[in-house]
Amino acid sequence: MDQQVLLPLLLSVIGAATPLLLAAIGELVTEKAGVLNLGVEGMMLSGAVLGFAATVATGSPALGILAAAAGGIALALGFGVLTLTLMANQVAAGLALTIFGIGLSALVGADFVGMPVEPLAKLDLPVLTELPVVGPLLFHHDALVYLSLLLTGGVALFLRRGRGGLVLRAVGESAEAAHSLGYHVVRVRYLAVAFGGLTSGLAGAYLSLSYTPMWAEGMTGGRGWIALALVAFASWRPGRVLLGAYLFGGVGILQLYAQGAGGIGVPSQVMSMLPYVATIVILTVIAAGRWRGRLDAPACLGKPFRPST
Amino acid sequence: MTLSLKRRDFLLGAAASGLALTQGAGRLRAAEAPLKVGFAYVGPVGDYGWTHGHDVARKAVEAHFGDKVQTTYVENVSEGPDAERVIRQLATRNDLVFTTTFGFMNPTARVAKLFPKVKFEHATGYMTLPNMSAYNARFYEGRAVVGTLAGHMSKTGKIGYVGSFPIPEVVMGINATALAARRIRPDAEVRVVWVNEWYDPGKEAEAAKALIDQGVDFMTQHTDSPAPLQTAENRGIWGIGQASDMRAYAPKAQLTAIVDHWAPYYISRVQAVMDGTWQSQSVWYGMKEGMVQMAPFSDAVPVEALEAAKAVEAGIIDGSYRPFAGPIKDQTGALRVPEGSALSDAELLKMDWYVEGVQA
Repeated sequence: MDQQVLLPLLLSVIGAATPLLLAAIGELVTEKAGVLNLGVEGMMLSGAVLGFAATVATGSPALGILAAAAGGIALALGFGVLTLTLMANQVAAGLALTIFGIGLSALVGADFVGMPVEPLAKLDLPVLTELPVVGPLLFHHDALVYLSLLLTGGVALFLRRGRGGLVLRAVGESAEAAHSLGYHVVRVRYLAVAFGGLTSGLAGAYLSLSYTPMWAEGMTGGRGWIALALVAFASWRPGRVLLGAYLFGGVGILQLYAQGAGGIGVPSQVMSMLPYVATIVILTVIAAGRWRGRLDAPACLGKPFRPST
Repeated sequence: MTLSLKRRDFLLGAAASGLALTQGAGRLRAAEAPLKVGFAYVGPVGDYGWTHGHDVARKAVEAHFGDKVQTTYVENVSEGPDAERVIRQLATRNDLVFTTTFGFMNPTARVAKLFPKVKFEHATGYMTLPNMSAYNARFYEGRAVVGTLAGHMSKTGKIGYVGSFPIPEVVMGINATALAARRIRPDAEVRVVWVNEWYDPGKEAEAAKALIDQGVDFMTQHTDSPAPLQTAENRGIWGIGQASDMRAYAPKAQLTAIVDHWAPYYISRVQAVMDGTWQSQSVWYGMKEGMVQMAPFSDAVPVEALEAAKAVEAGIIDGSYRPFAGPIKDQTGALRVPEGSALSDAELLKMDWYVEGVQA
């Protein structure tokens, strides 16, 4: 494969990885606080449709992105009310959120089918963008690509260094202990869930405003579920989420390029399976091997918390 | 007929027929009730492609018959065990049921055996029963027109094809494109990338990018979203709309679109049920019957290519241009169809090999 193909291939990988990274990094924070939100797909779709609708209505992509984030947060807070305040089962509520998001986005988006929109502008930097190879590869993307990387770095720092991160992890590892130390478990979880909604909304906006600038029903195509798998794949670590998102995105893109180049003797269906096979293999290895202790699933993941007085 | 009216009519009708039944005059009442027609769709009506095309036809049925029909549809029905449940549900409350994807064939047949009084119409399959018809469109005729355009307009001679699944329907479309292109330009090549989905805009766009990065300068697709065409627009190459006119997504790139035009068939079948003349049949209509149509050609098509494309269209309609006429060689170079003969419908419907010039 020559240079001329390699650069666009890498660019495609970045595009494929960005929505996964955005959705997964928010879900990671949510899960670190002990809440399992399976509604990522639904929140992404709401973000996608609201981002698109707001951009069409106002002509401003910035407002579109804000609307997408707000839509994701609104849905996530609905999930929060159900599971954190009303103590509903998190798995059931998350699935309901996905189904709700699919339906709601189709309803809102019905009038926007068949409308084109300008893709998000690429942010160019004066000198850097003109560098050969490195310029287009690293310094010629839209805001959401940079934001996904900044958010990942921010989350990593927050979880490792910040006092807030420590509280968040405490809430996810042992809600009772955090509560008895005087931390507001439910409030922390609400914030974490809202953050997950925000990034899922942004992931949806990336799809409808940048990746394939259009609104089409169900356009996320299961990426929300892949993002969920990614969080477990990454054993709840931001760095590995980044790696996993680019790996998953990369395998998907690579197999399409391989087909275009005349195939590599492996059926395309097998290639499409690879990210999922990789997830299963890595999870099995981590769970069974000597890294067992390092699986790092938050101890209170999915467990409801009722503050005792 | 608005939704609220529809519901009221439905309730009134149900109440009236219940009343009438108790009086022993149920049959009389039933004759005046609207004919109920159900549709099972594989995708969302908002896909702007395949399912959108069927829903346009459903609306045409409503517009044509007004109060005499009542239509319902279920969208996003996956081609698995769920399909049978949905079709059975539609069968319990409709007189006529359209199931609009190949994968619904077996579920439709199973349900049809359970509901002998309900009529079923299944798209793009081959099974029929006394109460189940098969209907299909000769999309490959549109592909021949597209291939002709590609032969004239591609500079690199490499035609991109975003494929869904390697079923005969899709395989014959790929082959028709390649054969038509190579009649114009013998070195033309059709490069296929399979996404293994009918509908995933993101993945379809990725496949299109992969093809364009490898030298393709003319994009066609057999998936349901406008994403590959939109990618063609963004990268400044030519493209073709799929199933619906997708000009809005690619004002510069779209040269034409292969448009599925189901409305006349749906209206005629609904009429047949109303008249009591409905019979099970298996039809495969094409451009001649108007089931497959080309969207208006773009101004970007040069005169020579436009004339060639229109000649192919006219030739298909009058039977003088046969897309699968011999000689046809397969990928290995072996002669599969000798000069002077052509592939039969039966051979087309089980096509599992690629013609020379296809890379899939």
